[in-house]
Amino acid sequence: MARPEPSSVSLLQHKLNLRWTLPLLAALCALPWVAAALGDSFYVTLATRILVFALAATSLNLILGFGGMVSFGHAAFVGVGAYTVGILMQHGITSAWLAWPLAMAVSALLALLIGAISLRTQGVYFIMITLAFAQMLYYLAVSLKAYGGDDGLSLPGRSALGGGVELTDTTLYYVTLALLVATVVFITRLLNARFGQALQAIRENEVRMAALGYAVLRYKLVAFALAGALAGLAGALLANQGGFVSPSLMQWSQSGMLMVMVILGGVGHVLGGLVGAAAFLLMEEFLGHMTEHWQLGLGALLLLVVLVAPQGLMSLLKRRAP
Amino acid sequence: MSTVPLLQVNDLVKRFGALAATDHASLHVQPGQIHALIGPNGAGKTTLIQQISGALQPDSGHIVFDGHDVTTQPIHRRVHRGLSRSYQITNVFLRLSVLDNLALALQAVDGSSLRFWRAAHAEVQRMDRAAAVARRVGLGQRLDALAGALSHAEQRQLEVGLALASGPKLLLLDEPLAGMGPDESQRMVELLHSLRADTTLLLVEHDMDAVFQLADAISVLVFGKVIASGAPAAIREDAEVRRAYLGDDAVPSPQSA
Amino acid sequence: MNGLQLGLMLFLLAAGLTLVFGIMDMVNLAHGSLYMVGAYLIATVSAAADSFWVGLGVGVLATAVLGMLLEVTVLRRLYSRDHVTQVLGTFAILLMCNEGVRMVWGSQPISLNPPAALAGPVELLPGFYYPAFRLLIIGVGLATALVLYLLVTRTRMGMQVRAGASNRDMALAMGTNVQRLFTAVFGLGAALCALAGGMLGPLLAVQVGMGESILILAFVVIVIGGIGSIRGALVGALLVGLVDSGGRTLLPMLFEALFSPQVAADAAPAVASILIYVLMATVLAFKPRGLFPAHG
Repeated sequence: MARPEPSSVSLLQHKLNLRWTLPLLAALCALPWVAAALGDSFYVTLATRILVFALAATSLNLILGFGGMVSFGHAAFVGVGAYTVGILMQHGITSAWLAWPLAMAVSALLALLIGAISLRTQGVYFIMITLAFAQMLYYLAVSLKAYGGDDGLSLPGRSALGGGVELTDTTLYYVTLALLVATVVFITRLLNARFGQALQAIRENEVRMAALGYAVLRYKLVAFALAGALAGLAGALLANQGGFVSPSLMQWSQSGMLMVMVILGGVGHVLGGLVGAAAFLLMEEFLGHMTEHWQLGLGALLLLVVLVAPQGLMSLLKRRAP
Repeated sequence: MSTVPLLQVNDLVKRFGALAATDHASLHVQPGQIHALIGPNGAGKTTLIQQISGALQPDSGHIVFDGHDVTTQPIHRRVHRGLSRSYQITNVFLRLSVLDNLALALQAVDGSSLRFWRAAHAEVQRMDRAAAVARRVGLGQRLDALAGALSHAEQRQLEVGLALASGPKLLLLDEPLAGMGPDESQRMVELLHSLRADTTLLLVEHDMDAVFQLADAISVLVFGKVIASGAPAAIREDAEVRRAYLGDDAVPSPQSA
Repeated sequence: MNGLQLGLMLFLLAAGLTLVFGIMDMVNLAHGSLYMVGAYLIATVSAAADSFWVGLGVGVLATAVLGMLLEVTVLRRLYSRDHVTQVLGTFAILLMCNEGVRMVWGSQPISLNPPAALAGPVELLPGFYYPAFRLLIIGVGLATALVLYLLVTRTRMGMQVRAGASNRDMALAMGTNVQRLFTAVFGLGAALCALAGGMLGPLLAVQVGMGESILILAFVVIVIGGIGSIRGALVGALLVGLVDSGGRTLLPMLFEALFSPQVAADAAPAVASILIYVLMATVLAFKPRGLFPAHG
């Protein structure tokens, strides 16, 4: 009997389609030069912001899209990462090599704690409990008067890379791009590995996975912590990009915004976070120029996406046979 | 002959409010047997299965499997001990192929799934074994078919396959023949009969013909209590069982099978 | 504003929310927007007609109609979708409502004045005065609770609502005209939101975004109370109102006594804000489906 080939249209398998991801990457690499040629560095700043949110959205996509965990408190982990960098800098620790991994670690640890409690609940209760924890962290940040409280904290500068390399706008852009690429590659491999297969299968049918002998809670928790860590990294980058950390980063409306990006871009598609973040922030930027009431247009567009393309923009881009 | 039973359910009690769904039920399954659990609707058969598999915690009583007290152990522990379950209402991964379904089942008991880099589908040995399990349950020609596209009978076969994949010592089958016509039922009966060599079976069933064809031992559950347990012939003759469940007319005699 | 008033007003919001969630199984982030639109309409009509009561009546009715229109046109398409999609869809409506209100009324908060007759204090007991309007709030809240109780337990529609909350498929099988029931429930929920908006408007600010902060509280209430249960909404709302107000009053005093005034000033507000979430987490730890879950 012939060796069975794994089904090439398996729902759980993911591929980075090099035919258009490589050109995209090339374009993104070239962006700062193009911007410099046009004499407008603004695009680099905007692009950096998009890439940072793409990282945050991708981390949420891991648990939301691939894991089926609708967490409404994800922005809190981004905020925690940002605050870690900010607080360390306040105390004179500016090295990115120290602060950024620490930001990831703190976020991961918090995610582990919050997940250990929240993941025992299901459905809307899970949504509410993650929201509740995020609110708690928000109010905690507000109460930190030593670090700006409600007004937030201005960072004296950017993280130090060492070796004479400074985090200029352009350098930050490339660093962010590199980290995003690394994350996307890592997540793609993770999804195709045993862990990712199990995680996605849990999303498909959690009861059966338990009956098959998987310790379901364990896998969800690991995914949750991983997503938290990546969100923390996004937070560290955001703190550098904006030069400012404030509790508003952690508000539930920010979590909602991240969810919108993920859903807009395509729940469960590897590049969904990037597509969603880009779509959202570009709309915010350009519609915002046209009218101050751009949110009306955004709302209308979101509603349209919901009614027409239930799996997000990505599904419009690649029609996949289920 | 006194062999240690593979499964001992001792005095199990489970209440939902005022209702005792399981009312001091006791049951022994010998290794190598096909043991059938029968009883009228509402007797509490599925509730009992759920407690044995670990989906539900009993209020009191003990479940001893393969010499270990598993009463409070979570489902996944029991699966690793060799206790596996299939569902009455088909509960497979509808959006995945038959092969992928079974590969997942195998992955559960084949080392840790906390692996983050190597592609799971490249594990050729596991894929081969998944295909072997598929052939075992009669789905060898349907490896690439999506579970959602299978016929009802084929889905029931996959149900059994998923539970079988982990190589269990005891297979709990909740109404494997549910919803099947006569031909399909007969095929399933043959499949279950062939599993006798590999594993012990405890099956819940309503189809009396199948039960009396297959079973080495039968336990009768009525109102959460096991009122009789023993060889099929003895059960068939048992007065209390006839009164409570089989009814004097409805007993399939050996000649009419 | 004390716990009882907050609790009763939260109940008005939570009742509609829990019914929509319980019966239509829909997460509705736009619920707070109905509260906001209601408040704005009441404020505008009251000012134009120079009468709080006219404004209240017209505003509540108009919001109910608006709610039903929204349900018929857009929201009913979301019932069959998963919660994530519903979150996105209703979030979109929330954005549009916020922006729409901003376009019509501008970004500045507008004022909603209580009726002149109730602007002053009332002597409840010799020497004990209480603001009349706050008495009205309590009265309206209790009266609504009673009316809803009668509606749900004594009327045919109420029975259908309860049936729908605990078992939708069965309710369908029994011949409930589901579409009309859903629209009616939604309209009722919208009316309750507007009523709450009219009651709270004079106390809090009528401004864009007022819906969001209270929406979270309403969700916490229905999770604590049990989704689909009006009784749960009442109990949950009162609990949340008491814990929140009580915390804000007592904690600063407690902290000042235990620690220093500095700590009291910094930490007490934060801890007070967190209290209701701790309450929710505690309730869920013991009763994972809330205090009175409607679903069996």
